[in-house]
Amino acid sequence: MRWYSKLRLRMRSLLRRRQADEELDEELRFHLQAQVEDYLSKGMAPDEARYAALRSLGGVTQIKEECRDMRRVNFFDNFQQDLRFGFRMLWRNPGFSVMAILCLTLGIGANAAVFSWIEGLLLRPFPAVAHQERLVVVVGTNHLAGNKVTNEAEYTATSWPDFIDFRANCKLIDSFIADKIMGTTISIGDRAQRVAGSVVSANYFDALGVHLADETGRNAHPVTVISYWMWKERFHGDPSIVGKTQILSGVQHTIIGVAPEGFYGTFVGWPIQFWVPISMQELFEPGGYKLEDRNARWIEGFARLKDGVTIEQAQEEISTVAKQLQAQYPGTNRGYDIRLLPLWRAPFNGATEMLPVLTVTLAVVFVVLLIACSNVSNLLMVRSFARQHEITIRMAIGARQGRLLQQLLTEGLILSTIAVIGGLAVAYWCRNLLVLFFAAPSGVVANLKGEIDWRVLVFSAGVCLVSTLMFALVPAIQAGRVDLAGSLKSESGSVFGARGKARIRSILVVVQVSLCFVLLVSAALLIQSMQRIRTSDPGFLTASLLTTGFDLVAAGYDATRAKDFQTRLMDRVRAIPGVDSAALARVRPFSYNPYSSEQISVDGYQTAPDERPSAEYNEIGPDYFRTMGISLLSGREFTDADDETTALVAIVNEKMVKQYWRGEDPIGRRFQLKGQSLRVVGVARMAKYFSYGEAPKPFYYVPLQQNFSLRTSLNIRTSRDPTAIAGDLARLIHELDENLAPGEVITMRQHINRSALRSQQMVVALLSIFGGLALLLAAVGLYGVMSYAVSQSRRELGLRMALGARPTHLVRLVLSHGILLTGVGVVLGVAAALTLTRLFATLLYKVSPRDPLAFGLAFLVMSTASLAACFFPAWRATRTDPVRALRD
Amino acid sequence: MGKPTDLVQGTLDLLVLKTIALQPLHGWGVAQRIRQISNEVLQVNQGALYPALHRLEQQGWIRSKWGESDNNRRAKYYSLTPAGAKYLRRQQEQWNRLSVAIDLVLERS
Repeated sequence: MRWYSKLRLRMRSLLRRRQADEELDEELRFHLQAQVEDYLSKGMAPDEARYAALRSLGGVTQIKEECRDMRRVNFFDNFQQDLRFGFRMLWRNPGFSVMAILCLTLGIGANAAVFSWIEGLLLRPFPAVAHQERLVVVVGTNHLAGNKVTNEAEYTATSWPDFIDFRANCKLIDSFIADKIMGTTISIGDRAQRVAGSVVSANYFDALGVHLADETGRNAHPVTVISYWMWKERFHGDPSIVGKTQILSGVQHTIIGVAPEGFYGTFVGWPIQFWVPISMQELFEPGGYKLEDRNARWIEGFARLKDGVTIEQAQEEISTVAKQLQAQYPGTNRGYDIRLLPLWRAPFNGATEMLPVLTVTLAVVFVVLLIACSNVSNLLMVRSFARQHEITIRMAIGARQGRLLQQLLTEGLILSTIAVIGGLAVAYWCRNLLVLFFAAPSGVVANLKGEIDWRVLVFSAGVCLVSTLMFALVPAIQAGRVDLAGSLKSESGSVFGARGKARIRSILVVVQVSLCFVLLVSAALLIQSMQRIRTSDPGFLTASLLTTGFDLVAAGYDATRAKDFQTRLMDRVRAIPGVDSAALARVRPFSYNPYSSEQISVDGYQTAPDERPSAEYNEIGPDYFRTMGISLLSGREFTDADDETTALVAIVNEKMVKQYWRGEDPIGRRFQLKGQSLRVVGVARMAKYFSYGEAPKPFYYVPLQQNFSLRTSLNIRTSRDPTAIAGDLARLIHELDENLAPGEVITMRQHINRSALRSQQMVVALLSIFGGLALLLAAVGLYGVMSYAVSQSRRELGLRMALGARPTHLVRLVLSHGILLTGVGVVLGVAAALTLTRLFATLLYKVSPRDPLAFGLAFLVMSTASLAACFFPAWRATRTDPVRALRD
Repeated sequence: MGKPTDLVQGTLDLLVLKTIALQPLHGWGVAQRIRQISNEVLQVNQGALYPALHRLEQQGWIRSKWGESDNNRRAKYYSLTPAGAKYLRRQQEQWNRLSVAIDLVLERS
């Protein structure tokens, strides 16, 4: 209760000050009267008694003041006073104020923006979901397929039968939500548009009061919930939408609900436009009917913990259930466990890509904030010299050091508060900035929104306080250290680059330079890494190779019609003038769409007890290797003859040969896939399949004709321009089927840039922006220190000139001081960068975090910038008029 | 603004709390009582008394209430809070330890 009565008293002294003061008066009055009566009773004369009583009490005003101090009223009084005074000071020095606020706004705004991205994408990505703070990600892990060296398990998806078992057996978890992103093409108005959808468990919309049909029965419930956007765009906000139908993947779906505005599904990166029940899986998810197959792991799920349950407790429980399943179904579940992860560590959506990008960016903007703060610190210090007169007087009439500190910190707080408001505005404008990096294929807009909620506000307020302390404390302490006699001597008589207060400012500049250098090195490293990626060979052609796709599923084709269409289309595409070759493939390299993956058994290969050989594969058409530019080391390509009527064949890659046939030529050997025997007819050179960073892995190809898929990509090798081909292709497809729209035609290079290079590009762009900002701020800081030093040592410079120093001498004098500061800063920066750049080594591709070229480049940029910053002050030094300088 | 040194301040707090512990008193009464009980040895500096009272109240050791004095005038009475009683006990123990220690030093040397 003590804190409560204390708080009540504080509030009373603060809010009802007059009453408190009056009571104090009355209390002291009573004391005097009592004392007077006491003296009177001892026989003193009335006047004398009154005088003696007053004397015994002492100075009444002083007592009152002291009592007020005890009640902490003065603190607020002073604060108010300082606030008023601070605003007046800022108003009187608009140049200084604008400069300082601008620096801080950039620093704080950058931090607020990046934190709002982290909030909106990683920490609380699904604002429309109830209790998202209790939502965790459910991923499977496979200890057998994991990394043998680090003992790190590989993340997998989950199978539906397992999911049902977890749902039945985990008591600490409120609900499980199964979710799998997929896509289809729908027509919006008169254009075909690719939209993302989700196959979800029936309880997905329970919080909204929409129950998404039953989970049983194969393809039995063609119903869908559509997004608010689709309702507006496709159905023009039709109020009687429920009950209408929409064709999805060629099947009529009854619309049973519209998701509320602002709900984009539970996938970080792309907005989901429609949801269908899990029983419709076969229609949307390639690879056949999976709901009864414990070995088909495809679900990306979430779990909502019961209130008060920690993720560790739930983890323990679900692992126990997973162990039971391992024992119960050793054939499918051996080695498979489940991990619960916080939303920001989700391995299956945009969070994977954004996490490293945003952590690096957060570190970078913090450095920018440090640089901005030291700049403002510098400015404040310059101004405190100008205010020395005022400060000296304050001290002389008895202001304590603490009181002075309070005043200067209040002034700093005013600056940073204004900057925070500006910074939040910056964050608000930038909340959609990240979308720019996600060049939308065919008009789909990425959903990567920063979220400005109370957490971001609290974060910004924290940044504001911390930065105030960072930039205002040192100058305030400095300003308080005036020695009254010494301040009569002005600094204009000092020697150039002399010690004293200038030293702290020099230290600040050195810090700025070193921080800036670290950012420059990081930017240089990442740019270099990106260059390496751009020029590195993925194992297939990137130029003169075009890629596009079309969705026969959405157009309602069945397999027979689709095969016929594909054959006719390929004949015509190959006949387009300028086309060297063309080939279909189910998956194109470096795409989100996963390859098929199955367990295989290789004839003649002895497996280790725990080993379960499996490899990813792609379904490809004839001419694929020629079109992609992947050379065959032995054997032959697939041809039109490899169809469903002939023997099953496969082409394997080098790694597979090494792993399963001890490097011997495997032509004619066999392996089993899904219970069927495949004969190896060729060996392909290694290529990158999913990303540049991947380790070489076993991979093989099977003919599309023998493993048919309705969704394929079309790859065309040609030296002609993509737009020209796109026109020909659209016409061609239109001739074959006027309801079918081709996808966007892009070069393979563009495709890779969009998928594999995106996070690299984001980091590079963000780091370049912030690195540039840091460089600018550091240069301004250096410029400020140098020109101040020049203006303060005019007398010395004048004297030197009078004694015959040439302008070049003076320039050298000033520049050498600037170079010294830069040099020390760079040395410190090198040391810092050597330890810090290792932290983002994962983002670097074939570049050492200590790459000398990057360090050299950063050094070059830094020294050029600082020379430029010092040049003008140096030039001004040569314009010193010796006569005037000596006379002043 | 001359502040009493720690020792004096601590001692004054102790005396004030102890006096109030017996019965609620107004400021003047506190000063009188301390003087009486100490056989006129301790003269409380009245200038320091009121800041001390206000500080103790802010810290929650004592609370105040307006009441009637002996000669029917409005006066502010201070009384001990439970937290204050605890604090007083602690302070008293500390003081006892200190005075025993000082006695020891004075007798031995």
